[in-house]
Amino acid sequence: MATNADFANTLIALADDHLILGHRLSQWCGHAPMLEEDLSMPNMALDLIGQARNLYSYACILEGSGRSEDDLAFLRSDREYKNCLMVERPNGDFAHTILRELYFAAFMHPYWEAAQSSADKTICGYAQKAEKEIAYHIRHCGEWVIRLGDGTKESAERMRKAVTALHPYTEELFTITPAHQACIDAGLLPDLATLKSAWSMTISTIFKDAFLEIPEIAFPQEGGRDGRHTEDFGHLLSELQFMQRAYPGQKW
Amino acid sequence: MYSQGLIGAEDNVEETPEFLEEFQARIDREEKIEPNDPMPSAYRKTLIRQIGQHAHSEIVGMLPEGNWITRAPTLRRKAALLAKVQDEGGHGLYLYAAAETLGVSREQMTEELLSGKAKYSSIFNYPTPTWADIGAIGWLVDGAAIMNQVPLCRCSFGPYARAMVRVCKEESFHQRQGYELMMTLAEGSPEQREMAQDALNRWWWPSLMMFGPHDSDSTNSDQSMKWKIKRFTNDELRQKFVDATVPQAERIGLTMPDPELKWNADKNDGEGGYDFGSIDWDEFWRVVKGGGPMNVDRLAARKKAWDDGAWVREAALAHAQKRRDRAEASKVAAE
Ligand SMILES: [Fe+2]
Ligand SMILES: [Fe+2]
Ligand SMILES: [Fe+2]
Repeated sequence: MATNADFANTLIALADDHLILGHRLSQWCGHAPMLEEDLSMPNMALDLIGQARNLYSYACILEGSGRSEDDLAFLRSDREYKNCLMVERPNGDFAHTILRELYFAAFMHPYWEAAQSSADKTICGYAQKAEKEIAYHIRHCGEWVIRLGDGTKESAERMRKAVTALHPYTEELFTITPAHQACIDAGLLPDLATLKSAWSMTISTIFKDAFLEIPEIAFPQEGGRDGRHTEDFGHLLSELQFMQRAYPGQKW
Repeated sequence: MYSQGLIGAEDNVEETPEFLEEFQARIDREEKIEPNDPMPSAYRKTLIRQIGQHAHSEIVGMLPEGNWITRAPTLRRKAALLAKVQDEGGHGLYLYAAAETLGVSREQMTEELLSGKAKYSSIFNYPTPTWADIGAIGWLVDGAAIMNQVPLCRCSFGPYARAMVRVCKEESFHQRQGYELMMTLAEGSPEQREMAQDALNRWWWPSLMMFGPHDSDSTNSDQSMKWKIKRFTNDELRQKFVDATVPQAERIGLTMPDPELKWNADKNDGEGGYDFGSIDWDEFWRVVKGGGPMNVDRLAARKKAWDDGAWVREAALAHAQKRRDRAEASKVAAE
């Protein structure tokens, strides 16, 4: 039996993924390799932050605790954020950023597809809109991974390095917490185990055209779903939370 | 300075007195000049310079506001700021496209920006140390841009005029959003109010400088007016901006940092308007010539983005070439 707290906490973890990844993408705005990407990066960041807002707001309603989306986004301690580690990794070069976004989008697309038949009508509604948005992320980032993988010697090398660096973090996307399991059992949220084959199919199809190989992962990196973050995360939060911490309790 | 770079669009028109007269007559009839029409080379150069500068301003303008995206105080403000900065990039893109119709490539224009040869609006050479700067920029900088750009919607050059119609709609949305942000601060706690007033103090004079030198000192003005690239003089536009903006400040209880500012009922042919203090032209020229607080940083940031992105752009070109080669090879194999 999923309690409201199970449901809310699972949505908050998913919202955290979106917020933190949106934060990372937004750091490219004005600094991208070409003007088209100066537009695409904030565009994708906006999608992610919009989805985070929906999820946080709905979690607040489920909690009934009077917290707001901004309380969740800005006023928790590091251990209370439950995003997977991959989304908080520093941007690195363009190859890293694009690959990380592809990994995440390839996960979220089947997630939103499945969530359209959730027993919860609000989730169905979010899922319909988000699925279309995230399909663009796969297309856009997938095309870049292929261009870079099959571009110059340097770009192919950078793409391979990005795969080596980020692939160990992909496993955590599929982690099912007890709260999430309760939501699966209640038909509220997708069973992540069933998304794995769609994710692998998307990645291997793109990798084939990009001349990239899927590495064997000896040591998967995880901990975010349990609130155990990397060293970079505190720095990210100090930026994200700066205004709310420096000027508590004000209206903006 | 662009003649070398013109890609096949260099008009071979002979600028006879009859040609020039007929061209001016078209402009006087309010006909739009389109990219393939014959035009005097000075008209083309003026537009390339102006549209290029405008495009660069949009792009460099992403930096001061982009500085606050990761620190925006609420998710609503963060989304609005991201969307705004993205819009500015979009403006840059249409404007580069408009300039390209005159025969100069975006790449060439970018190189001129990065080498320091091409200018962009000096306003972006001021820093954004506080969140209130985001409000001040939207309210004042987008506000001044609208004053400058609304008349450009009727500019004689068709592609520029059409780009401006779309751009102005978005700029006025930005202006309202910025003003609303300032209003929220002005109605907030004492420290928020102070933050808002401080931002206004810092941005007011530079935003008046956005209209350029006094008419008496402005070199390009007369010919541009004749060609209907410009419709109002710098001083006329500046006065309109002051008259529109001072009451907005009053409404939210902020004070313009100008002790000489006062209502003058005789101004504007008896309609009334504000007298205001004199602009610090030394500061204006210092910033134009590269000595503003952020000139070096802004160019360095654009240059870093461009240099760091070189391998990405090269890879995209190499990949496109590979695809063409493969398509060609498979066609040959099929024959
Ligand atoms: Fe703009
Ligand atoms: Fe503009
Ligand atoms: Fe704007």
